[in-house]
Amino acid sequence: MSVIDSDGLLEVRGLRTVFDTRAGRVCAVDGVDVSVRRGECLGVVGESGSGKSVTFASVMGLIKAPGHIDAGDICFDGQNLRQLSVKQMRAIRGRDIAMTMQDALTALNPALTVGEQLAEMMIAHDQSLPRNKRERRRLVEQKSVDILQLVGIPSAKSRLQQYPHEFSGGMRQRIMIAISLASHPRLLIADEPTTALDVTIQAQVLELISDLRAKLGMSVVLITHDLGVVSEHCDRVMVMYAGQVVEEGPTESVIRNPQHPYTRGLLGSIPRISKRGEPIQPIDGQVPDLIDLPAQCRFYSRCQQRSDACLKYIQMTTLSQDRKVRCVLAEETAHD
Amino acid sequence: MSLTRVIERLLQLIPVLLGVSLIVFIMMAFTPGDPVDIMIGDQNVSAEQEAAMRRDLGLDRPIHERYVIFLGNAVQGDFGQSFYHRRPVSEVIVERLPATIELTLVALLIALFTSIPLGVIAAIKKNSWIDRSATVFSLLGVSLPGFWFGILLLMVFAVHFNLLPVSGRISYSNQVEPITHFLLIDTLLRGRLDAFWEALKHILLPAITLGLPMTAILTRVTRTSMLEVLRQDYVTFAEAKGLSRRKVMFRHALKNALIPTVSVAAIETGSLLGGNMIVETVFGWPGLGRLVVESIFVRNYPLVQAAVLFYAVTYVMLNFTADILYTKLNPRVKL
Repeated sequence: MSVIDSDGLLEVRGLRTVFDTRAGRVCAVDGVDVSVRRGECLGVVGESGSGKSVTFASVMGLIKAPGHIDAGDICFDGQNLRQLSVKQMRAIRGRDIAMTMQDALTALNPALTVGEQLAEMMIAHDQSLPRNKRERRRLVEQKSVDILQLVGIPSAKSRLQQYPHEFSGGMRQRIMIAISLASHPRLLIADEPTTALDVTIQAQVLELISDLRAKLGMSVVLITHDLGVVSEHCDRVMVMYAGQVVEEGPTESVIRNPQHPYTRGLLGSIPRISKRGEPIQPIDGQVPDLIDLPAQCRFYSRCQQRSDACLKYIQMTTLSQDRKVRCVLAEETAHD
Repeated sequence: MSLTRVIERLLQLIPVLLGVSLIVFIMMAFTPGDPVDIMIGDQNVSAEQEAAMRRDLGLDRPIHERYVIFLGNAVQGDFGQSFYHRRPVSEVIVERLPATIELTLVALLIALFTSIPLGVIAAIKKNSWIDRSATVFSLLGVSLPGFWFGILLLMVFAVHFNLLPVSGRISYSNQVEPITHFLLIDTLLRGRLDAFWEALKHILLPAITLGLPMTAILTRVTRTSMLEVLRQDYVTFAEAKGLSRRKVMFRHALKNALIPTVSVAAIETGSLLGGNMIVETVFGWPGLGRLVVESIFVRNYPLVQAAVLFYAVTYVMLNFTADILYTKLNPRVKL
């Protein structure tokens, strides 16, 4: 289980994040393992409530009451983040691991200019900035202009003085990415970076993230519910369902040859031009309530291939070095 | 804000003032009691003398004529003579104004410096004992009548513990030569620290009494808007940037949370003007509020009319200020 990949930048083992609500304990993330290698792009797929965002909010240390991390280790570059103090964690947040959020309109502060929001990020993390206020301001402004140009904002200098509402949706997304990249993080967690955007702008923003990853040599976690996005931009993919990872592997292999019925369902529900005229196949049913889940396959109620064998705790089965799946059907083939 | 917008606002004042003056005029005229009767009191005055007094005050004419005369004079800046002081009304009001402005400003400062921290802490520590205490405090603050609370404070701090003075702005022996007519400032400018301390002790209880309802309301407003802001994505994003907690709370959360607080504060300052009448009467504060109350009792028509017009102008100006502050804090809004 705990074979640490030498290429691993982020290694999460057995992460369990719970929220104590009046109705009971909601286990939003239950025993999740994640590996992100240096320079790679990992796609994390799942529908709303699958735990994908909570998993990475846990990595960032951004889980707020009534939630908390119940168990697991989060190692970033060999350092266990769960053992760090609040202050040490704050220094890593933004500097080493940065995050972008789903909707830039709400993630950018409406009352601060874009320049101010960029500058505070640099000032918080860059110790090499000069102490002298005027010099520092000039340098920060220069760096801000550079980074805005990097993400493709024209006439960057004059736009530093503007407020987020004065930009278009795509531009705002670029600005948020620019802010996240301002201290050259080694890992960028992009939480649904394109959900709030038009299709054409989506492609541009994803292209931008891919370009920057290559240019800056950082790793990217792309959280999305769009398998199309994953197939184009990610090296590996992790499919999550009801707080667990159900399938994991190189993107091409997972998409060509999905092993878990849920992954197959996800792929089947994408409209394709080649299947024009055929009805798209939605997955029936809903994600189960995450309170007091029985020890059985969590996809059981919606699975078309279910059997009594599914009514026990399902282990992750390793199919090949990189390929893992959490399904009894795979267990059988692996044993054969 | 553009100049046309400012002019537009000032033009809006005209109908407001016309309406206010008309209402006050009518209300005063129909209030039972007559200024000449009150002036005469128990004295023995002949009918001719009474008629002469009435003519002298301009009260022999019918009410609509009086209103037109009043308006004609008012637009020229003449609000008439105070029946009692036998001096121009504007002069009497200007004399009393500094005391009222000083009291209002101190009350405002107390309200802002108590309510904002309290509201913020209550929001950050939601459902803690401090949050619950703030809720109880707010409820009491808006529901306790000012005259009762003022008298209560007097009984406790002035009478029982004898810590603070009962009434007035400053004791006679500590009078200083006026410069700005604001005692807290004048005493400092004159280098009279002892007098400053005394003036401060005098203003404390009335200012607390006056500011209490506003403090209560602003605490609620700040708490609610802070809670709202803390749930916003930009606060999470600010945390994800690795900013210090102080930066997240003050720069990101508070700046946005204060938008409603500031506009409510500016409008509520208008209600302090009304509160002044009660508080100044309870604490014997020689300001405009008490002057107006006294003038109403003796049917000193010109003074009440002028004072109410002054209140109306102030109220409209405060709303105007609220709008300007709103745009300053919220760059998305342009007037």
